[in-house]
Amino acid sequence: MLSHWLYIGVFVLVALFLPAVAISLAAILAPKKPNKIKVSTYECGMETVGPSIAQFKVQYYVYPLFFLIFDVEAVLLFPWAVAYNQLALYGVIEAMLFILILLGGLAYAWRKGALDWR
Amino acid sequence: MSFWSDPFTAVQQWFNNLLASIGLGPIGVQIVGMLVGVFILAVGPMLFTIFLIWVERKVISHIQDRIGPNRVGPFGLFQPFADMVKIGIKEHITPRGTDWLPYNLSPILAVAAVLLVWAVIPFTVTFFGVDLNVGLLFIIAVGTLGELAIILAGWGSNNKYALLAMFRSVAQLISYEIPMVLCAIVPVILAGSLDLNDIVKAQTPWFIVTAPATAVIFFIVSVAEIGRAPFDLTEAESELVSGFNIEYSGLKFGMFYVAEFLHTFTVALIFATLFLGGWRGPGAEQYPILGFIYYFIKVGITYFLLMLVDGTLPRLRIDQMMNLNWKVFTPITLVVLVVFPLVDKLMADTATWLRVIALAGSNMLILFIGERITTSRLPRNPAEVGSRERPVARPENFATEPDTGVRR
Repeated sequence: MLSHWLYIGVFVLVALFLPAVAISLAAILAPKKPNKIKVSTYECGMETVGPSIAQFKVQYYVYPLFFLIFDVEAVLLFPWAVAYNQLALYGVIEAMLFILILLGGLAYAWRKGALDWR
Repeated sequence: MSFWSDPFTAVQQWFNNLLASIGLGPIGVQIVGMLVGVFILAVGPMLFTIFLIWVERKVISHIQDRIGPNRVGPFGLFQPFADMVKIGIKEHITPRGTDWLPYNLSPILAVAAVLLVWAVIPFTVTFFGVDLNVGLLFIIAVGTLGELAIILAGWGSNNKYALLAMFRSVAQLISYEIPMVLCAIVPVILAGSLDLNDIVKAQTPWFIVTAPATAVIFFIVSVAEIGRAPFDLTEAESELVSGFNIEYSGLKFGMFYVAEFLHTFTVALIFATLFLGGWRGPGAEQYPILGFIYYFIKVGITYFLLMLVDGTLPRLRIDQMMNLNWKVFTPITLVVLVVFPLVDKLMADTATWLRVIALAGSNMLILFIGERITTSRLPRNPAEVGSRERPVARPENFATEPDTGVRR
């Protein structure tokens, strides 16, 4: 079991190592001739105005919140799905209630217009 | 067992014997064997990507009634190599004000996130990186790393366009993660395990037969996850300036493309493993090489379907895309998760074929009814901000009210 995670650990290192080596090699091979215009921020030829951390729509914040809710739900459902074959009908109904509550939440958010793209 | 029935194990044993004959202990043999295995499994996909780029360009150009690459080498086979060399010796332009670590880590992480999936995919009954008992969860977890790479790229680039494109991409990707994860629960229910080997072994019949609607939704959501047409809003070439990778150049930019091409194939691997029976087929248990061939035929068909979808469908608008996810796929997959186990438990005592028909029927029924109900409630056009009636530049609209002397 531990050797499995050791394998994953080695794989993570190698998977990070390979593209890093490729980019480093290319960086050695590539020419290096920066000038003022080249290294300026690219905005289709326009002069950059103000800081680059621009204001963004609140919608981009609302979707991650929903993502968090449903992802945590999925994390809770995976152990249930693994244990599913040993469960009686009652275990299934319990999970059903859990999902139905979340469906209710989704319906509420939908009704309130939180899922509309503005 | 002869070499031809299982070349992977045979090569592995030959290599282990070779190491032992040099004089390594059993632990040394294991460690060196593991390192070499990891390198093969990580370098293989990256080299394979070069071939995938050629396949993709050929297929897309035939869809568009073009010939595609045909100059460099037979059938243009060496074109990707030429492109690789060309992009490899391009200058790395690093704009002023970029955050060094996020900016440089992002392309590496994008490739690593896709490569990591290959560690747990069972290619045959004997040939796989590692038989992880939480394999499916691992795939979902490393899939999210790709989104982290996009966030780093957008945040580190010091560019408004990159930042906004990052928000768009991440909003799309994390939204489509939800139905993907919820669809992945259905194979887990049927197999009773998160282990990908167990999921493959449990597929009699294939899960696409038992849960067709789930498989279809999983496929569509996979297309969205890899950011291809009709969900390619992340880098709509004709509308935006390339998206979150706008400030990248040279091989750093190339790495994002490697990640994208490889991700497409990886998604086909995952789909074939979860729903098309993986390496299963007649004689695959005795002759693992046959399983390998079956698996790659299934993956090839899925990959070809992905390319067909990419080449033929027009792009969605962003509000349509978000509505499709949150108001169609998410409710339907949730209802599937309610009904599917219930039908399964109620039909537990009946014959297998009857159970499969009931499960597949209920699955398809939910998709058809759910699709009708949910799409009928979708708005035609996005909600408007502000008013449509704007004042026209006419003399009467310029007239101000007479000054009454009262200060407001």
